[in-house]
Amino acid sequence: MFNVEKIRDDFPILSKNVYGNPLVYLDNAATSQKPRQVIDALVDYYENYNANVHRGVHTLSMEATDKFEEAREKVATFINSESSDLVVWTRNASEGLNLIAYSWGEDNVHEGDEILLTPMEHHSNLVPWQELARRKNAVIKFIPMRENGTLDMDKVDDLITERTVLVSAVHMSNALGTINSVRELGQKAHQQGAKILVDGAQSVPHMPTNVQELDCDFLVFSGHKMLGPTGIGALYVKRDILNTMEPFLMGGEMVLEVSYEEASWADLPMRFEAGTPNIADSIGLGSAVDYLNDLGMENVRTHEKNLTSYALNKFKEADLDGMDLFGPDDPEVRGGVFSFNTVDVHPHDLGTFLDRMGIAVRTGHHCAMPLVRSLGVAATVRASFYLYNTEREVDILVDGVTEALRYFRDGSK
Amino acid sequence: MYDLEDLYQEIVMDHNRRPRNFGEIKNPTNSANGFNPLCGDQITLQLHLKDGLVSDLAFIGVGCAISKSSASMMTEELKGKTLDHAENLFEAFRKMITRNPGDSYDSDLLGDLEILQGVSRYPARIKCATLAWHTLHSAIHDENNVVSTE
Ligand SMILES: Cc1ncc(COP(=O)(O)O)c(C=O)c1O
Repeated sequence: MFNVEKIRDDFPILSKNVYGNPLVYLDNAATSQKPRQVIDALVDYYENYNANVHRGVHTLSMEATDKFEEAREKVATFINSESSDLVVWTRNASEGLNLIAYSWGEDNVHEGDEILLTPMEHHSNLVPWQELARRKNAVIKFIPMRENGTLDMDKVDDLITERTVLVSAVHMSNALGTINSVRELGQKAHQQGAKILVDGAQSVPHMPTNVQELDCDFLVFSGHKMLGPTGIGALYVKRDILNTMEPFLMGGEMVLEVSYEEASWADLPMRFEAGTPNIADSIGLGSAVDYLNDLGMENVRTHEKNLTSYALNKFKEADLDGMDLFGPDDPEVRGGVFSFNTVDVHPHDLGTFLDRMGIAVRTGHHCAMPLVRSLGVAATVRASFYLYNTEREVDILVDGVTEALRYFRDGSK
Repeated sequence: MYDLEDLYQEIVMDHNRRPRNFGEIKNPTNSANGFNPLCGDQITLQLHLKDGLVSDLAFIGVGCAISKSSASMMTEELKGKTLDHAENLFEAFRKMITRNPGDSYDSDLLGDLEILQGVSRYPARIKCATLAWHTLHSAIHDENNVVSTE
């Protein structure tokens, strides 16, 4: 059963007050809050079985290793990976993208090759490719976007050619909320022998993910946006590709045999995990996955879809003067992300005003500078929902924005 | 109502709605662009410097209420003043905005600019308040930005 009030009780921070008002946390696209269960898992590790992994015969090390690998299993099952050895721990989605750009990109992208992106990529799925393209004299192209913030899929066939080696796309946009048809993009990429990378930083936390059904070659995501700790994320790569990829970082843990002259690499996935890993936070992420599984990702998505419909209606009803709400208006292809701009009141001022009411929103370019500029604005205000947000909180947001506009337009008091 | 008056004083709101010296001047000797990538604020400042005096200045740009009003008040404050005075004001302004709670600042020197002192309690907004001043500094000192029309 999906009971929001009960869920909220699991999140200690949600009972906090900000400037005397109950916290309304609507910055989930930046990072999510953590339930007691995840916090407890971290404490349990440090208090009861803290030890390095894969290195000791002693009891604690074996227990830590078991829990660490069990967490990897949980994450692998969560995205329906055929096996847990295809899941590489990273610090976050950004590190996963950089790992692919180096380990796969260096050997597979050549002069004149093309990489196809969308205009709504986070800087993390843009800058590594820009740099790779610069090193290799490769070309980056973009799928055009329609007025409503969805991809113009009709143009994709012409853009994917035999020169295309990679299509890399965000599954759910952190700036617009748009949910892209990455499965279809993957099919089109595969028809031309190109690979498909899915940036799941915003989708994995909010909807069921099935890498086999998506048939994606690469998937990256971050733990901290899905109830887990910061500093831990994961990368999934199809086996035949991961097998051919050279390690990105060298050192301990990632080797099989070492002489003074050379070394051979450890099996998957350790080959890509040099040095002592982030043991505590991996285990914390495993616990977050348990929590999400208990709720059911279908239920999470349904809750957020309802909240999104509700918010779309609320904003429409409020009909705020001079306000532009970006992104698709169909909740089927939109996550709970609300980016907007008002002609005369700057996002920063709105953000500060809302903060005084206890409402946490993000203001700025949301690490998608080219996209926000293409909307014709310097910055936006973004409210983003998660499984613990309520319709009441949407009401508070809409009222807050209404009042803020009045305050800045008509003067205080 | 929401206790925001320490930040958004009536004078700040007024400068925001009706910025002074907003536009361009006829014969700028110096100019610079200021940009705050974090929030997209942008300002172009033009100066006419003559005999060590800021004889005229104006700005255009987009920004929040704090950055726009700060730029507006700065231009009002500096018109007809010496460059030395401008530098002293910048220093005093920076000190006031970045001070720790309880620290004092040069209220006499700052005059009307004191209205922005509340910004020091909003660390996220400090850059908004100082953008115009950093742009001024750059317009006066950076060779690259010097536009000579003489
Ligand atoms: C769509 C998208 N991709 C990538 C990232 C990067 O995630 P991280 O900062 O955790 O590496 C984010 C985070 O904001 C994101 O929203």
